Amino acid sequence: MSEQTLQVFIDGVLRYFQHTNDKEVKVGTPYLAENQNPAAYDVTGIIGISGPYRGCVYFTAPRILLKHLLLSIGESDTSNEHIFDLVGEVANTISGNARSSFGHEFMISVPVMIEGAPSHIHLPKQLRSYVIPVYWKSYHAAVVICLEQ
Amino acid sequence: MLSLMIVDDSNIIRRKIERCNDSDAFKVVASAANGLQALELFKQTRPQLVTMDLTMPEMDGIACIQQLVALDPGVRILVISALSDKATGIDALKKGARGFLCKPFTEEQLLEALTELTQD
Repeated sequence: MSEQTLQVFIDGVLRYFQHTNDKEVKVGTPYLAENQNPAAYDVTGIIGISGPYRGCVYFTAPRILLKHLLLSIGESDTSNEHIFDLVGEVANTISGNARSSFGHEFMISVPVMIEGAPSHIHLPKQLRSYVIPVYWKSYHAAVVICLEQ
Repeated sequence: MLSLMIVDDSNIIRRKIERCNDSDAFKVVASAANGLQALELFKQTRPQLVTMDLTMPEMDGIACIQQLVALDPGVRILVISALSDKATGIDALKKGARGFLCKPFTEEQLLEALTELTQD
């Protein structure tokens, strides 16, 4: 995966958090991870990708980050339902925004939200993923890109 | 006051759009989580304005726009979607949408887009 491809998703992360009330977000250096041991926090929103790229993009975060993020976008109800909704919406927004660079053939699915790490159903074992660390307030999260061309 | 239906599979986004109505410029008469539900609610409530997500289960936003416009050619539809490529925006406009707002959005951007829609 090229540096430019990763940059599209980094830009998407920055854009998302800059639309919250706590705009200070940092992105760490992306690294490669084996799909047999996927990076994950408490809750994960997964977007399936098809078209010229195939695979998935997911956003994973601890519940406490998602609760604060809900408050930061003006949502006072931090119930479990909204935590799952939010993690899917972040993944959907970052993936959907990537179409401005990759074009309309970059097809995205509706989000699938799960607790913990994606299984091998979502992440082919033979592939590796790029993990983009996300630092917001005092919390850590990640956007993970697993795509083959 | 203009009537509004909100269509988005995210409850957070539906509530965010409702909260933006602090000026009482419009009245939310229906809220739907997918295109099929939106069609049913549209027939019951006949809103003048619609905010429409595109990526949704059951029936996506583009298909729903076509059906809503067939039911009421005068309905004013604002697409609110993360799909930020030009081709998607043009396709939605060709199918009958009157405006396009890209996610993520601020309350100010939403109010501006809805105001433009009402003045259309």
